[in-house]
Amino acid sequence: MTDQGIGARVLRKEDKRFITGKGKYTDDIVQPNQAYAAFVRSPHAHANVKSIDTSAAEAMDGVEAVLNGHQLTGDGIGNIICGWGITSKDGSPMNMGAWSALATDKVRYVGDAVAVVIADSKAQAQAAAEAVMVDYEILPATSNVLASMKEGAPQIHENAPGNLIFDWEIGNKDETDAALASAHHTTTMEITNNRLSPNPMEPRSAVATFDESEDHYTLYTTSQNPHVARLVLSAFYNVAPEHKLRVIAPDVGGGFGAKIYIYPEEIVCLWASMKTNRSVKWTSTRSEAFLTDAHGRDHVSTATMGFDADNNIVGFKINTKANLGAYMSLFSSSVPTYLYATLLSGQYNIANVYCDVQTYYTNTVPVDAYRGAGRPEAAYLIERMMETAARELGVDPGELRRQNFVREFPHQTPVIMAYDSGDFAGNLDQAKAAADVAGFSARKEEAARRGKLRGLGYSNYIEACGIAPSAAVGSLGAGVGLWESAEVRVNPVGTIEILTGSHSHGQGHETTFAQLVSERFDLPTDNIQIVHGDTDKVQFGMGTYGSRSGAVGMSAISKALDKVEAKVKKIAAHVLEASEDDIVIEGGEVKVKGTDKAMGWHEVGLSAYTAHNLPEGMEPGLKEGAFYDPTNFTFPAGCYICEVEVDPQTGVTEIVQFTASDDFGTIINPMIVEGQVHGGIAQGIGQAMLEHAVYDDDGQLLSGSYMDYCMPRADDVPNYTVSHHSTTCPGNPLGMKGCGEAGAIGSPPAVINAITDAIGNNNLSMPATPSRVWAALQQVSAAQAAE
Amino acid sequence: MYDTTYYRASSVSDATSKLAGTEDGKFLAGGQTLIPTMKQRLAAPSDLVDVSGIDALKNISVDGDTVTIGAACTHAQVAGSSEVAQAIPALVSLASGIGDPAVRARGTIGGSIANNDPAADYPAACLGLGATIVTDSREVPADEFFVGMFETALEEGEMVTAVKFPKPAKAGYAKFPNPASRYAMVGVMAAQTANGVRVAVTGAGNDGVFRHSALEEALGANWSADAAQGVSTDAADMMADIHGSSEYRAHLVGVMAGRAVDNS
Repeated sequence: MTDQGIGARVLRKEDKRFITGKGKYTDDIVQPNQAYAAFVRSPHAHANVKSIDTSAAEAMDGVEAVLNGHQLTGDGIGNIICGWGITSKDGSPMNMGAWSALATDKVRYVGDAVAVVIADSKAQAQAAAEAVMVDYEILPATSNVLASMKEGAPQIHENAPGNLIFDWEIGNKDETDAALASAHHTTTMEITNNRLSPNPMEPRSAVATFDESEDHYTLYTTSQNPHVARLVLSAFYNVAPEHKLRVIAPDVGGGFGAKIYIYPEEIVCLWASMKTNRSVKWTSTRSEAFLTDAHGRDHVSTATMGFDADNNIVGFKINTKANLGAYMSLFSSSVPTYLYATLLSGQYNIANVYCDVQTYYTNTVPVDAYRGAGRPEAAYLIERMMETAARELGVDPGELRRQNFVREFPHQTPVIMAYDSGDFAGNLDQAKAAADVAGFSARKEEAARRGKLRGLGYSNYIEACGIAPSAAVGSLGAGVGLWESAEVRVNPVGTIEILTGSHSHGQGHETTFAQLVSERFDLPTDNIQIVHGDTDKVQFGMGTYGSRSGAVGMSAISKALDKVEAKVKKIAAHVLEASEDDIVIEGGEVKVKGTDKAMGWHEVGLSAYTAHNLPEGMEPGLKEGAFYDPTNFTFPAGCYICEVEVDPQTGVTEIVQFTASDDFGTIINPMIVEGQVHGGIAQGIGQAMLEHAVYDDDGQLLSGSYMDYCMPRADDVPNYTVSHHSTTCPGNPLGMKGCGEAGAIGSPPAVINAITDAIGNNNLSMPATPSRVWAALQQVSAAQAAE
Repeated sequence: MYDTTYYRASSVSDATSKLAGTEDGKFLAGGQTLIPTMKQRLAAPSDLVDVSGIDALKNISVDGDTVTIGAACTHAQVAGSSEVAQAIPALVSLASGIGDPAVRARGTIGGSIANNDPAADYPAACLGLGATIVTDSREVPADEFFVGMFETALEEGEMVTAVKFPKPAKAGYAKFPNPASRYAMVGVMAAQTANGVRVAVTGAGNDGVFRHSALEEALGANWSADAAQGVSTDAADMMADIHGSSEYRAHLVGVMAGRAVDNS
C-alpha cells in the first residue's frame, strides 16, 4: 500500500516550483508583439465626465492607442453584471446600476477607469495615461451606508432611488416579534463588521491576445474560476463567443474571493487587443489593488436575541445594512443575503429567526465575497450576541451555548439551511480541555499581578460550504449552477491525469486530489497529474471559492473514479477470466482475490488502449468524466477559544493562546488543513485587531497602502493549538465538509469576546486597535469615577 | 517611476558640486523613503546624486564624550557598533528598532534626519540627546535643525555629513510603533545631559519632532517612570489619524516617556 492516500501528511507537490521561484504566474507570460495597458482612473469619488482630451497622450512615444468608454460601448461590449438576482420584500427586482468597463459619462468611485492607454512599454503607457486630460464636474459623494441612506444623499445610480439596491428579508417576522415580546430577557446590540481589502500576494493581472487570422482570443488571467470568466466574458460582455475564447488561469498567488469576479481591466485588455491587433498586458500595482480589488464585509447591524426564563433562545431578530460600493460586483448581492442570513441560527436551536437586509450604493469600490463571504458576518453577529447575553444573564458563556446547541440531525433552521451533521458539544469540550479553561481564573490573577488584563472569549461558529445544489441556488436567484466536473484519464502506461474544474490558488489541489486517486488505486501520487485552469483542457467547471473544492470538486473526481474502477475491473475480469466481483486493486496490481492471478496496473491501461482483448462490445480507452451536483450544503463547524492579555497603559492586546477544535468531516491531508486553519485564523485576527479599509467622507481611500492598511505580520499572531473533532458529512461520497474559510469565519468573535472580557467593556468594534481598546478602557475608568 | 539621471558621488565636494549643476536634483543615501516615493510617482527628481558610497561619511568615532556618526552610516551599522553601545546604548536600541532588517541595511542616519519624517526615530535621538548636525558648510544644533514636518534648517544644496552626539549620563528611548507602518506613533528619547534633562517626542506632534518641556521639568526633578506618567500632554498639539486619536497619542507620550526612563 502507498502511504499517500486519504489522511496522509503528503508534502505539497506544487511547493517545489513555488519555493524555488519557478511558479508561472500571469505576469510571467510574455506574448509576441506584446503591448502594455495603463488605466486613466478617476481621482474623484463621484463626478460627471465632461470631456476627455487624449491628443497629448496619443502623440507620446510608443503609444499605440488611447481608448475610452464610448468606443467600448460602441463596439458592443456589455455592461458588467451581478450574477445573483435578489428580490425585495415587495417583489421588485434589485436595482442594478449600469457598470461599463470604462466609465462613459460618470465616475462613481476613486479608481473608476475612464480611459486606457496601450503602449509599447509599461513606462510609456503610464506616462501617457498621466497626459490624458479629463474634465470632471465633481459631485458630492457618500462613502458609507449611513450617509447613502440619508434624505438628500447624492444619487449614485438613476435607477436606484435613495441609493437602495434591494430591501430583502428571510424568516418569520411576526412569530419572531411575538417571541421577543414574550421573552424573559432580551439582549440587543449594534454591531459593525469592518470593511477589508483582500490583499492576495499576487496582484491581478491579464494578458490578452487576439488572433485576427483565427478570429480567436486568448486570455491569461488571475482567476479563481476561468470557465466562469469565459462564460461571463462571452455571454454578457460580448467579447467573443465561447468557442473563440480561451481563458487560462496559470499559477495564481492567492485569491480570497477577490479573483472570482470579472473586472473591467480584463475585459478592456481583451477588447484593446482586438482594437490594436496586439497582445495587451496589464498587471495591477499594489496601489491599484487597494483601489480596485473588490473589498469585503462592511455591514452595520442591529440585533435582538430573546431568552426564556431557563435561558433557552426563543427568538433572534436582525436588521443589517450592507454597503455594496459603487457598482454591483458579480456575486455581491448573494453575500449579505443567502450566504449570510441563512446562517443566523448559528449552532443553536432557535425556533424564530427573522432578518431583513438593505443594501446601498456608496462611492466606494464594489464590495463582494472575501474569505468567508457572509458567514463571518453571521458568525460575528451571533457569537458576539451569545457572549454578551451570557454576561447579561450571569451565566457561563460556554454553557449558555451548550444548552442551546442543535443536537439532533438533520435540523431544519427557520432560515433555509438544513444542518446534516455535527457534534457541537464535542467541539466545545475538546476546545475547553485544550485551552484549559478551568485554569483561566488562576492565569487571570497571575496576569493582574503583572499589571495585565487577561480575558477569554468563545466562538462556536457554523458555516455553509460545498456550494451548492444547483437547483436550490437557482431558486434563490443564482445565475449559474454550482456543480463541479472532473475527468479521469488513465494513460496507456497507467499514469493518470485528473482534469478538474476546481482551481488551485494556494489550496494544494495538486497534492490532495492526487491523494484521492492514490487512495482509490493504491498508486503513488507522483504517477498522478492534476490539470486545471485552462478552458481548452478542462471541459467546464465552476472554480474554487466557498470551500467547495473538496466537497464538490473531489466528489466529482470520486464519481469519475467510480466509472474508471468499474471499467478496470471489467477488463481485468475478462483478461484474468474471473468474476468482476473478485477483482481487487492494490499494490500497483489488479488481482483476483484469493489467487495469485494478477495484472499490473499499467497492463490494464495498455489493454484498454491496444484493445486487442476487451470484453465483447466494450469501447477502447480508459477515460471517464463526471459532473457532481451536491444535494445539500455542507456545514463545517467548530469551537474557537481565544485568550488575550491587554496592557492597560497602552491598550495593546497580545493573543496569548488560541485554541481551535474544528469539524471538517473527512480530512484528506491534515497538514494542508492545518495550514488552512492557521491562515484563516491569521486573517480573522487581522480583521479583529488590525485591518480596516477606510474611506473619508468624500470617498477618498485613506488606507491605500501598507503604511496605513495593517496586514497581520508573524509577530501579530500566536502559535495556534488546532485540533479536530469530526463528524462525517452524509451529503457527499467522501464525507467532506470544507476547511478553507473556517478560520476566518470563527476567529473574529473569539478575539473580540476575549478583549471585551479582559477590559470589562463590551463597547468595542473591529478592528480592536490599541487606540480603540485604550478608549474603551477610558470609558470604564470614567464610569467607575462617576460611581 | 519617472526618468531620472543617476550619479554616484565619490566625495562630499563631488556630491555638492554635482547637485548644484542639476535642475531639480536630490541627494540619495539609503533611499528608503525617496525611492518608494519615486516609485509611486509622487517625487520626480531630475537627478539623483548618490552619497552612500562616500567612504568619509561611513565612519563612527568616539572622541572623549562625543560620538560622531557619519551621515552615510546605516542603521544596521549603528545598531551593531560596540563603540556606540558603550557610549550611548539608547542610540543602539533606537537604531535597531527602525523599520525591518532590509530597511536597516540600507537606510542612513543622514538620510533620516535630512528627510525629517514626523514619525522617524532619529530626529528624536538628535533632539533628545542635544546632538549637533554637521553639514558640508557648518554645524547646526539639533534644537535649530528640525523646523517642522519634513522641514529642516538645511539650505538648498546643503548636505548633512555627520551627527555629533554628546555622551549623556543616562538616556533611554521607547517607541510605540504604528501597527501598520511600524514608524513611531509615539517615540520618546529621554536623556540626562550636561545641560540638564532633555525629552524629545517623535511621531505624535502636529509639527513633527519636539521637545517636551513639562516632561523635562518633571524628570529633571525626579528621574522616574512615575514622574513621567504624571505629566499630561495637550491633545490639541497631537496628530490624529485612522490609527489613533490625538488624545491617545497625548496619553502615550507619558507612557512612552516612562518606558524611556525605564530603558535608560
